[in-house]
Amino acid sequence: MERTVTIASGHGLHARPAKLFTQAVAASGHKVTIGRPGGSPVNAASILGIIAAGFENGDEVVLDVEGDESERVLGELSEFLTTDHDEAAG
Amino acid sequence: MIEVRELVGVGIGSGVVVGPVLHVSRQAASAPADTPSTIGADAELARAREALASVSAQLRERAAGADESTRDVLEAQALMTDDPALLDSVTVKLGAGVTAEKAVSDAFAEFAAMLADAGEYFAERAADLHDLADRAVAALQGRSTELVIDPGHPYVLVARDLAPADTAVLDLDRVLAFVTSEGGPTSHTAILARQRGIVAIVGAPGVEGLADGTQVIVDAERGRVFADPDAAELADAESRIAARAAAADVPAGPGALADGTPVKLLANLGKPGEAAEAVRLGAEGVGLFRTEFLFLDRLTTAPTVADQQESYREVLAAFPGKRVVVRLLDAGADKPLAFLNPGEEENPALGRRGLRALRATASVLADQLTALAAAQAQTEAELWVMAPMVATVEETAFVTRAIHDVGIRTAGVMVEIPSVALIADRVLSRTDFASIGTNDLTQYTMAADRQLGSVAALQDPWHPAVLRLVKEVGAAGAALGKPVGVCGEAAADPLLAVVLAGLGVTSLSMSPTALADVRVSLARYSLDDAAAIAEAALAADEAADARQAARAAADTITAGR
Repeated sequence: MERTVTIASGHGLHARPAKLFTQAVAASGHKVTIGRPGGSPVNAASILGIIAAGFENGDEVVLDVEGDESERVLGELSEFLTTDHDEAAG
Repeated sequence: MIEVRELVGVGIGSGVVVGPVLHVSRQAASAPADTPSTIGADAELARAREALASVSAQLRERAAGADESTRDVLEAQALMTDDPALLDSVTVKLGAGVTAEKAVSDAFAEFAAMLADAGEYFAERAADLHDLADRAVAALQGRSTELVIDPGHPYVLVARDLAPADTAVLDLDRVLAFVTSEGGPTSHTAILARQRGIVAIVGAPGVEGLADGTQVIVDAERGRVFADPDAAELADAESRIAARAAAADVPAGPGALADGTPVKLLANLGKPGEAAEAVRLGAEGVGLFRTEFLFLDRLTTAPTVADQQESYREVLAAFPGKRVVVRLLDAGADKPLAFLNPGEEENPALGRRGLRALRATASVLADQLTALAAAQAQTEAELWVMAPMVATVEETAFVTRAIHDVGIRTAGVMVEIPSVALIADRVLSRTDFASIGTNDLTQYTMAADRQLGSVAALQDPWHPAVLRLVKEVGAAGAALGKPVGVCGEAAADPLLAVVLAGLGVTSLSMSPTALADVRVSLARYSLDDAAAIAEAALAADEAADARQAARAAADTITAGR
């Protein structure tokens, strides 16, 4: 089951948002991949793969979820990606 | 060993200490040999898994005891160590018959190269991976991954640079000073030194040439390390250490220059709970109370007026009869909020942030002002309110009127954008005070992203272009009789604080731990001295030259007494 969403975090999927996202993927217990439309997807539980892919704010990405509750997980992860998670002090 | 007597770097704070050098670098991992495995791929994979798991567990354990920003970094590093793609890569490499050491080392190197290719932004993450690889290989070889063997006595810690994972395990009570050969004023080492009040000199190349046990004077004020000092040098250092200790013991009076010219010393606060500590460290009030904390955890809605009022009341109540400058919500750029920021800007630092975002969402501005006015009515503090990211006279007039309209008497603007510094006379004629945010003013003057390590060298408030803008604002304030403050890292630099006073700045706001050093530094120079030191800095071509010229001018003044 897949869905195309737009990354909302101000600095893209790096640093803290990348950490939070891979943690959410691992916690879901589902097999999840993320990639650019038409591009080769990476394992969404891999923080290294995600950081190296360099997803930026405003990029469209295809999320693909396999598992028993793929619809619920896809919904939660889509919401995560379309929310802005960048925050910093000062 | 080369005979090194004196080393130059960037001093953090103005402390002086004397002690023995101890290098703290992990024993460098010998590059894993290319010898074939003797135990087979399955057994090697089990070893690799165990080593990676132990490194990850250690990082998580350290994360649990670390402060928030360090925790984020350490947790991300633990995730990288646990990364399934990394393990896949290790598994593939083991298939070729190599050892776990070799496979783990190569797999990390492969990902590091991938990140390095992704651009400057990721260079730091690539460095993280080298560090992780080193730890994992050390675990496989049964070596300690601990950075320091505690020598059992206080020491001057010498290193290339310190990573958060390193400092999280240091017993800082034993550390007299940090001296690093790399890193700048915004490095992790420098930030930690400021937070903990530890004497530090960063970016001092050559320090690796000092042998362990060498006696050194670390003089952060002068940015110098003196090796094997003679008796006279030691006596001089001891007397300065004693003078500093004595100054710190004196109850903190109001900040002033040697001739009595007052320079208010205020605290930067990010949360109401920090007020008590600021009072204890002698803050005469608050020069910057950031209000983002109320908003940042909320994704879609702003906090209520009642919630805000209670937080403001808590801060104001800690400073009866004293000035508390509150900055209106500064959303955008590095701290976007869903309900204020569109989130689709190519260039958020130049986008709809600060006052621009507040004007676009009138209800958020109105609620914040209402809550502030109500909190003022409940307390005895002198409330000043200022707006962030003001670019024009029209914006100044707009926000000043909005603040006055709710019954808050003193309204002002932040000077972060060069445009308002350049026409500070016109801006200040339309409002009650100005507060210079040196971090953003430097970013915008130098066109150098504050968050980008590759241009960090340009992010230096000592740059004469930045100082000249400060001078414009100081002169306008003096001409119109309006207060001009500085909040930002620049105010916490004891020598730069003198320069700022010499440029006409009337209050300095900083992290409370920096107050004591700045108070002592200001008390050494008269207003005329400060103006002369500022002139020396203004005449320089580069930030580093300005710092040196100011140091030389200051030393000439004190030597002439």
